[in-house]
Amino acid sequence: MTYVVTDNCRGCRYTECVTVCPVECFHLDDAMTYIDPENCIDCGGCAPACPVGAIEPDYRLAADKKFWIDVNRKRAAETPVVSARLAPLPGADERRVALGR
Amino acid sequence: MTERASEVEAGKFRVAVVGSGPGGFYAAEALLRSDASVTVDMFERLPVPYGLVRFGVAPDHPKLKQVTIAFDRIARTPGFRFVGGVTIGDDVTVDELREAYDAVVLATGAELSRPLDVPGEALPGSHSAGDFVAWYNGHPEFADLKFDLEHEAAVIIGHGNVALDVARILAKSADELRQTDIARHALEVLAESRIRQIVIVGRGGPAQAKFTAKELRDFLELSACDTLVDDRGIGPDEFEPQISGDQELAEKLSLLRAFSRQTATRPRRCLFRFGLSPVAIKGHGRVETVALGSRSGAIEEIACGLSFGSIGRRTTPIAGVPYDAQRGVHANIDGRVTSGHSVIEGLYVCGWSKRGPSGTIGTNRGCGMATAEAVLADFAHQRTRSDAPDALLARIASRVARVVSYPDWMAIDTAEKRKGAPLGKPREKFVTVPDMIAAMGA
Repeated sequence: MTYVVTDNCRGCRYTECVTVCPVECFHLDDAMTYIDPENCIDCGGCAPACPVGAIEPDYRLAADKKFWIDVNRKRAAETPVVSARLAPLPGADERRVALGR
Repeated sequence: MTERASEVEAGKFRVAVVGSGPGGFYAAEALLRSDASVTVDMFERLPVPYGLVRFGVAPDHPKLKQVTIAFDRIARTPGFRFVGGVTIGDDVTVDELREAYDAVVLATGAELSRPLDVPGEALPGSHSAGDFVAWYNGHPEFADLKFDLEHEAAVIIGHGNVALDVARILAKSADELRQTDIARHALEVLAESRIRQIVIVGRGGPAQAKFTAKELRDFLELSACDTLVDDRGIGPDEFEPQISGDQELAEKLSLLRAFSRQTATRPRRCLFRFGLSPVAIKGHGRVETVALGSRSGAIEEIACGLSFGSIGRRTTPIAGVPYDAQRGVHANIDGRVTSGHSVIEGLYVCGWSKRGPSGTIGTNRGCGMATAEAVLADFAHQRTRSDAPDALLARIASRVARVVSYPDWMAIDTAEKRKGAPLGKPREKFVTVPDMIAAMGA
């Protein structure tokens, strides 16, 4: 298994996950972060750390969110590792509130 | 250029990290990656690093242990030194460290199991879960413990992930454990185990259980054991999450609900019980029953030959370091060790010995970073040291049999892997310090 970043991250990109990842398996682009499934050790530290609940274990994803497994794998391979927390994207807090978090 | 800036560039900041588990490694990582020029000496009592990743993480969770790749990467950072085989308090005092280093970061974990504090806890057959975990993981200080698995029933008191680790290891067949890095002595005893029933009791209901859904899912995979929930004393609605949107809780409750409908067909069974608190461990000369109080006040006795208390851990106090008895950690405010209301300069804490035993391995990364930030901020008003690290290390070398370096550990690591390979195990651990030391020269 692996953990997977899903749509709630888009436009927020809080990166709290990056701080608690013990193996630095988070990658990022302008929109969101991605988990490299090859390096994730399934520790589960990131899921509760995400302010918008964007991260879930792959097996628990709803059918309409399963495609994020492939998106994470593909984008993690194409994007750089992020090793330190960054400021969230502009408007992240408003989006978090809109998501009911 | 200010005086402080010149010192930063000259690389004068020397930090001692005490403990080589996740808390210690991640504090070291944050210090070594900072803009300040810092060197880290990591002290460890044993000749082997990784703390609970080696001695706590269950042998059948090999993927989690891959975190050691990250630890090894941190250890290869210029400025890092491993100082193994040195016990703080015995071989060197905290005050000596404070005199030689600009900062001392305690990352000593939570080694002491909390007692149940019930009559009969000292009876033979009554154990703490933490001791059992350290035993099957080959911790040198626990390798000689004896667990009598000639009995048919065991009771585990506590609903955390450690309780589930203990239950799962007892529930698995020898074949399910043979190709893990479980200590050989433990595999031999477990292979002869006559345990058929493992009861896991907790005082709360299903929603209050502290174990994670992920740990609970492991029980779906057991080959020789059925997992059941005895729902006596709990209402059917207690399997329904009261808060929507909590996927973790929803999954946990759904698994427990499924287990409550299971029928037993396999030779062993794990049975979850809720709403029960231990009041006594009873028996003539050894454990025969665990007496538990229910929510209604009724007392129920469960017959068993073995009991394991698994209700948490606390940090071992260290001479010269104020202790917060209520939280069971070194007294601290956000990582700075405190005495009463004042901060003890140059003394810090991180990981479980800072915040108590909670969270996953990664939680300690954020925690180590936060402590490192406090250390770095305080360099601005650097204390005057009266000693130097290398002078202190030379004195320590004369006090101990052998100071173990990281290359020494790598030699032990290689020897363990070589020893495990013919058995199909990732490694066969050395379980005594002399065997570890001998492997360095091999």
